[in-house]
Amino acid sequence: MNNENLNNKAVNVNFAGFAKPGTTCKYKTGTWRTYLPKLDKEACIGCERCWEFCPDSSKTEKVKEGRKVFVTDLDYCKGCGICAEVCPANAIEMKLEGK
Amino acid sequence: MKREVMEGSHAVAHAVKRCDPNVIAAYPITPQTHIVEKISQFVADGEMGGEYIRVESEFSAMSSCVGASATGARTFTATGSQGLLLMNEVIYNASGLRLPIVMVVANRTVGAPINIWNDHSDSMAVRDSGCIQLYGETNQEVLDMTIQSYKIAENEDIMLPAMVCMDGFILTHTYEPVSIPSADKVKDFLPEYDPEVKLDPEDPVTMGTVGFPKDFTEIKYQQFDAMEKSKEIIPEVFEEFSQSFGRDQEGMIEEYKTDDAEIVLLSLGSVMGTVKDTVDKLRKDGKKIGAIKIRVYRPFPEEELINALEDVEFVGVIDKNISLGKKGALYTDLAESLRTAGSDVMMANFIMGLGGRDVTQSSIKEAVEDSIGMLRKGRVDKELKFIDIKEAGK
Repeated sequence: MNNENLNNKAVNVNFAGFAKPGTTCKYKTGTWRTYLPKLDKEACIGCERCWEFCPDSSKTEKVKEGRKVFVTDLDYCKGCGICAEVCPANAIEMKLEGK
Repeated sequence: MKREVMEGSHAVAHAVKRCDPNVIAAYPITPQTHIVEKISQFVADGEMGGEYIRVESEFSAMSSCVGASATGARTFTATGSQGLLLMNEVIYNASGLRLPIVMVVANRTVGAPINIWNDHSDSMAVRDSGCIQLYGETNQEVLDMTIQSYKIAENEDIMLPAMVCMDGFILTHTYEPVSIPSADKVKDFLPEYDPEVKLDPEDPVTMGTVGFPKDFTEIKYQQFDAMEKSKEIIPEVFEEFSQSFGRDQEGMIEEYKTDDAEIVLLSLGSVMGTVKDTVDKLRKDGKKIGAIKIRVYRPFPEEELINALEDVEFVGVIDKNISLGKKGALYTDLAESLRTAGSDVMMANFIMGLGGRDVTQSSIKEAVEDSIGMLRKGRVDKELKFIDIKEAGK
């Protein structure tokens, strides 16, 4: 076993949970979410405020119809609602997911 | 090999010096302080390498050891009592991260009421953390166990922290002759610590990742598996040490005059000296008494104890601790092991020596008299007894 090969011999998981750097992106934690941020793309002014405040780095810049907007990466968004709270354009609404 | 008279704390410091740790992080607490005070002096005088970190709490002491150990450094810390409980959370992390940190616990009870004296409440409270636990009877045994612990903890099939427990004051502050192995001989016995995985900027790795429900069980299983394997490895290390340094302590347990014994007293730590002396006296009176000392408490030497107690009729377990709401820790563990193995040996638990109350030969004799009485009656009518307890009105 070395840093290149962290798999434990006894069971098929990493020894003591050690992992290669930059692999936390494999942990898809979006399933913990109850509420989902819904973006009104027309209302989004592309100010980056949600990107700045998102505690899970789940906001990604996209260009839609020639305009800069910020969409949510649902693999990681936990539905905390901070983006909706800080959005100056009220472009994000939190909705109960799956309803 | 030098033979010198010194206090138990200093004997430990000499052992640690010869193991040459890279990082020592500790916070003072009675009755442990003399250990790290002496180590600090060794470092300040240039007699010992390594970095001595003065931290602001035991939590930080163990945390510093975790950080240092993760980089592949050999580490040492020492504490006791409330200090050990403050470390507890980090000990679980050291074990879960598989860091072979070695620590010495100067056993002291846990308040309230505030009390600086000895019992095993502190180390028994952390017995489930995944830390190997050794208990020494004498200063020599504690010195030896400190060196052995590095070899045990750092074994690539174990990789768990190890804790050497020594009774506060009774051992830490008592002067006894000890033979101190030379640094060269310890170096031959103890290879340099070079773990396969460590924090290294040249070859980065992430430690302390989140363990999701889908992996956590397996990672706990790895620790369980390492503890099981250590049951084979620990006696091998003891044997190798005994051969290299001329000692005769090789087992997970030590049997004392048990060959024809009907009654066996079982305990751990320094009280075994008093137990053995009492056994000698009672044997002169024709009583078939023996004693068993547990040297390794985690992993629990189940097989050894089942075998050793096969032909015994009565076991009296002396606990210097009490799990409030249950019984003594040692008694509960032993009872589970024996009963599961189908043994119907009679058993009783004697609680003594709490918060520094002296355990005298008459305390031990009381336990033996009770045991003889119950054995004659063929019935355990008092499974747990507090020895030497002051009764109301007396």
